[in-house]
Amino acid sequence: MPTAETEIETLANREYKWGFISDIEADEAPPGLNEEVIRFISHKKSEPAWMLQWRLKAYRHWLTMTEPNWAMVHHAPIDYQATIYYSAPKPKLKSLDEVDPELMKIYEKLGVPLKERAALLGVEQQPSVAVDAVFDSVSVATTFKKTLAEKGIIFCSFSEAVKEHPDLVQKYMGSVVPYSDNFFATLNSAVFTDGSFCYIPKGVKCPMELSTYFRINARNTGQFERTLIIADEGASVSYLEGCTAPMRDENQLHAAVVELVALDNASIKYSTVQNWYPGDKDGKGGIYNFVTKRGACRGRASKISWTQVETGSAITWKYPSCILQGDDSIGEFYSVALTNHRQQADTGTKMIHIGKNTRSTIVSKGISAGKGQNCYRGLVKILKGATNSRNYTQCDSLLLGDKCGAHTVPYIEVRNTTSRAEHEASTSKIGEDQLFYCKSRGISLEDAISMIVSGFCKEVFRELPMEFAVEAQKLLGVSLEGSVG
Amino acid sequence: MAFLEISNLHARVAAPGGRDILRGVNLSINAGEVHAIMGKNGSGKSTLVQVLAGRETYEVTDGSVTYDGKNLLELSAEERAREGVFLAFQYPVEIPGVSTSYFLKAAVNAVRKHHGEPEINTVAFLKLVKEKMALLKMDQSFMNRAVNEGFSGGEKKRNEIFQMAVCDPRLALMDETDSGLDIDALKVVANGANSLRGPDRAILIVTHYQRLLNYIEPNFVHVMMDGRIVKTGDKNLALELEERGYDWVEQAVQTVGT
Repeated sequence: MPTAETEIETLANREYKWGFISDIEADEAPPGLNEEVIRFISHKKSEPAWMLQWRLKAYRHWLTMTEPNWAMVHHAPIDYQATIYYSAPKPKLKSLDEVDPELMKIYEKLGVPLKERAALLGVEQQPSVAVDAVFDSVSVATTFKKTLAEKGIIFCSFSEAVKEHPDLVQKYMGSVVPYSDNFFATLNSAVFTDGSFCYIPKGVKCPMELSTYFRINARNTGQFERTLIIADEGASVSYLEGCTAPMRDENQLHAAVVELVALDNASIKYSTVQNWYPGDKDGKGGIYNFVTKRGACRGRASKISWTQVETGSAITWKYPSCILQGDDSIGEFYSVALTNHRQQADTGTKMIHIGKNTRSTIVSKGISAGKGQNCYRGLVKILKGATNSRNYTQCDSLLLGDKCGAHTVPYIEVRNTTSRAEHEASTSKIGEDQLFYCKSRGISLEDAISMIVSGFCKEVFRELPMEFAVEAQKLLGVSLEGSVG
Repeated sequence: MAFLEISNLHARVAAPGGRDILRGVNLSINAGEVHAIMGKNGSGKSTLVQVLAGRETYEVTDGSVTYDGKNLLELSAEERAREGVFLAFQYPVEIPGVSTSYFLKAAVNAVRKHHGEPEINTVAFLKLVKEKMALLKMDQSFMNRAVNEGFSGGEKKRNEIFQMAVCDPRLALMDETDSGLDIDALKVVANGANSLRGPDRAILIVTHYQRLLNYIEPNFVHVMMDGRIVKTGDKNLALELEERGYDWVEQAVQTVGT
């Protein structure tokens, strides 16, 4: 199809529009990782002694570990000594009013609503979203804290929580992802810089969506954020996470840890629209996204849902998981992962059924384009005591063009005879005949691809909070431009 | 000037070493007319209508096509559709995840946008769709189903004519719409096609069987052979072909020479 190819090539291969680099003065640690750097980080954050001790314990353990290499991703070895582990925009900020106007401009450009919009409540008829903005290693601002505090809800940066709510942090941090869990989580435990902390008290349904917006800016730095969300008995919260980074030739490491805890009858919905810089067409540059996300459904009838749209990163390695401890608890995972050009993704989930009558649902949609490689790796583990439990897994792959790849590696372990695990998988491609069919009705090539891909992702988009769903669809469209072959 | 003027059209499969399929097609269709093309398998009938619709798996190597005074070959497939060319496919494809309702609305709006008209509002769209569904005796429920997904062969063909009725084209190209239809479905489909007749429009039907032409009476019937139109007659030619087959046409062409 010579004409179709030229048509596709001339389609504007839109630039990663968040790739702008901002000149912000930063306070940085020297590159390299050793106890000095860790003490430096802890000191910069004015952390209590117990926090420093925890970091050092993790660091010493990290030195004994080796990087895992079982994932279906290939990359040059990471030089952990060449990375800068702390970079914060100067000067230190106390309130939203003191935020560097340059920074404010950046967030405005990114479309992140930082200024409080109390006045628009009611007029816009849209519930407001509380935002915690994290720029490189620090949380820059958190909005709506007062409004939330009235309900007893704590939503602040992780660093602040360490100082203001040490009891909660000490109780729950590391209880879902222990410091020794895996190579990257251990590294994170040693050098984590900032992230969000959220606690919803008993019986409270959080009245607005909470969100954190992550932006990596400084070069040669790694970003190691740590997020902890706790929903106490009967509480519920919906949390959104958005991520972007500038276009650079070097790879940057992003190794985050997210821990969620849901007690009796509580529910947490965690949505991510991830658009880290994916590297250029030849695979140069781009973020390495190695993330450990885990939710513990500790309480009876508790529920944790992960919804993600991953379009960025040169390499993605993440498995948001649920540990279904409480009887009748529910775990869900809805994901759209896109790999284009030379991106590689090895992503999936783990659903561990421990309690009785537990349910899990997995819907994974992988879209591969260009020379992208997409691998779904999932584990459904139903332990002996998890009687009468059920899992439903649907794993669909869409291939655009003939140079990309889609792989599926499902693991299913069921250790009792009263439970049920269902797994369905499909692989398809957007055929020239489907595109021609759309064109023959007057629909443009771009709209046709967008329509077909959205149709493919419908089940996942349906789970996203509305603002995110619209953004996600647009993002998918942008990421796919020039990809059909 | 004819509404559709095809002159010495040559086309081949657009791939290295691709076969020549159309070898000099000449055809003139005036507004208000219905033409039928018949011919053996492999004669190029389907290819002709697909080339007219702008399918890129075929490459035009010579000749010209003028549609409503415009150079049709210069326009992309979607532009042709927006100018009122509609192809009812021989093998309609499935589009999972995209509801027929969504798809059709997008099509209608694409044409409207092209003509500088505002997008159709939901109420008007539903009314239009309901009217055409009644015409084609289709069930409401299928609008929410994904395009052609799980449709039987006959349902797919009916869906093509339904879409055609909604899109209201000026040049309707029907590619073997009748294959796979029972008599009742055939009548319904013919009804739908007939509703599109008009003094400012034209219909080109590709078919193997004379039967459909009982219900959609053509002004002209052409026989296609080896990529060319070799004989033209009125509706009686179709009856003659049904009775005698194509051999006598082949022989006549061979004795006369090209």
